[in-house]
Amino acid sequence: MNLEKVIFSFFIVFALTLNFGFFVGEIDNPSHHNVFELFAVIVVNLIATFLKFGDRTHTGATLLATSLVADLQLIAAAIVWGYVEHVSPTGMTGEVMTSIVSLSGGALLANMISVILLVVDTIRQRH
Amino acid sequence: MNQVIFLILRRMRLPLVMLVITYAISILGLVLIPGIDDTGKPWHMDFFHAFYFVTYMATTIGFGELPYEFTDGQRMWVLVTIYMTVTAWLYAIGKILSLVQDAGFKQAVTEQVFQRNVRHVSRPFYIICGYGDTGRILLKSLIQRRIQAVVIDRNQNNINLLELEDLGLFIPGLCADARRVETLKEAGLKHRNCLGVLALTDHDETNLKIAITTKLLEPGIKVICRAETHDAADNMASFGTDHIINAFDIFAQRLALALHSPGAHILYDWLTGVPNEPLMQPLEPPRGMWVVCGYGRFGQAVCNNLLNEGIEVSVIEANPEIAGELDQCVVGRGTEADTLLSADIERAVGIVAGTDNDANNLSIIMTAGEINPDLYMVARQNRQDNQEIFEAALPDLVMHRSEIIARDIFTYLTNPFLIEFLQRALRESDEWINLLVSRLVAIVGTHVPELHLVTVDQENSPGIIELFSKSEKLSIKDLVRDSRDREQSLPIIVLLRITKSGEVIMTPEEGEEIEKGDRLLMCGSAGLGPRIDQIVRNYHTLSYLHSGTIETHGWLLRRIFKKSQ
Repeated sequence: MNLEKVIFSFFIVFALTLNFGFFVGEIDNPSHHNVFELFAVIVVNLIATFLKFGDRTHTGATLLATSLVADLQLIAAAIVWGYVEHVSPTGMTGEVMTSIVSLSGGALLANMISVILLVVDTIRQRH
Repeated sequence: MNQVIFLILRRMRLPLVMLVITYAISILGLVLIPGIDDTGKPWHMDFFHAFYFVTYMATTIGFGELPYEFTDGQRMWVLVTIYMTVTAWLYAIGKILSLVQDAGFKQAVTEQVFQRNVRHVSRPFYIICGYGDTGRILLKSLIQRRIQAVVIDRNQNNINLLELEDLGLFIPGLCADARRVETLKEAGLKHRNCLGVLALTDHDETNLKIAITTKLLEPGIKVICRAETHDAADNMASFGTDHIINAFDIFAQRLALALHSPGAHILYDWLTGVPNEPLMQPLEPPRGMWVVCGYGRFGQAVCNNLLNEGIEVSVIEANPEIAGELDQCVVGRGTEADTLLSADIERAVGIVAGTDNDANNLSIIMTAGEINPDLYMVARQNRQDNQEIFEAALPDLVMHRSEIIARDIFTYLTNPFLIEFLQRALRESDEWINLLVSRLVAIVGTHVPELHLVTVDQENSPGIIELFSKSEKLSIKDLVRDSRDREQSLPIIVLLRITKSGEVIMTPEEGEEIEKGDRLLMCGSAGLGPRIDQIVRNYHTLSYLHSGTIETHGWLLRRIFKKSQ
């Protein structure tokens, strides 16, 4: 068993599950989407990205790319949230919530690809 | 290259993850711990403000407690986070900065920049390996001809010198070991514009390695090598090195040539010089007994050539082992009067100070000059930076290795037909040579003449081709007429004419007719190239020179003139 692999896989899968947790619920209902969860997704995603730094394999490079996509989407969602809560005079609305959740939905897709790649890579190693 | 970047990224992993974790813990704590707002009501910090607060706290900027004053519970947590985040932040920043300063990383970046510069070279170029005295002189002459080059040297100081020098052309330079295949590739060995590789380092072995690498990877590319020993030269020749230069041999041959036929030597010297430099004084070494100090590679080459000329030679050599190989040899350095006297200096007509130590060489010629003031003195100069003291010592001839090599390569690269010409000229009679020299004196004045090659084809001289298409004949005399007054001739000598079929004509007569496919090697004063180019490219100038009438150019003028006739 390789400890590095365990940590690596842990963060990738954790990022996906947290992301999913934030994403489910009515898309325009703010009470269905917890801000703590978004915070956790961003932190875990960032860690997962940095862990992939310096991996020279082809899978490693692809994983880094999908993670970066997820980061971008999630940070965009956080910025939108911060803007609507503190800068915009309207406060949180269903419309804005929709765009935040759909941004995190994009990140979810990227994270899903990460996990699929991880699984494929693991299966290939077996053979 | 990529390896270093990956290594750097890998090393950045830990500091970055640490930074993210400490930030996350601090922010989360700030959000969870309850506070009191300005009206005294309980209040929870949100993520936006928490992130803002941690950002300025961790970087020790410290704007104070925002947006409301903290409670003691919050302050307790902030106390913990300050030590945590500031430490993590300093560690991460320190680590990243040290990685950027890393020697391997810096080298990788310089190589990357160098490779990019080489890739963007749009003109044909040569790779110069070794930027010592020789490389420097050669690069300057190449740049004068607007020929691009790329430089590799193992010594960073030499590359710094290259960067500081005002050359007028951008010359990419890299500090690297030219023996590595990778280095040569980075320097553009596989570039489509690469014309050749010039191996000019001090070490025969390095030059050999460069030559063999180039010949194996890119057989079509020219390789020119400098060799110090005959062994190395033979080895280089064995796998097809295009041109090998041994400075000692070249100099010794020239000296012998000067003894044998002063006219031929002048011809050689003037035509191979750097254009527009002042002309060297003609050499007139006397025939008689010569003393050679130092029987190393240089001394041997000189002795052999002098003996071939039938000249008596007396040798002085400091190393008794080498001296023992000779029948007659005085052991000593030659810097003292008694050694020189025992080598019969009083009877000698010339002396060659040929040791590998500049101070000794100067000392030899000065001591010898005191004993016998009429001596013809030849001194070997090893280092370029001793130029001034050699000039001050006033020997009749200085053997300057770097300059000899640089000149020889330059001639080889820029004027292959000149070599052909000189080889043939040496076989001609003394009268022929002296006549040519006197003609040269008349046209060039006090500076080294410029050489220019005219190729009679559509690409290089469309004017001539257009004239031919009107079934006109053109003689050499027409080409060298002055375009301001066709009765006057430009100060130009046509040295060589090579016809399409490969026939070689030395100094063709003025009346000879030119044919399509001819190549003409011309020699004249400064600015020759552009002047001749303008004539052979422009049909109208040429037809005026040829017939003496000015043709009307445009359609309108032609019509008007036709009508008036």
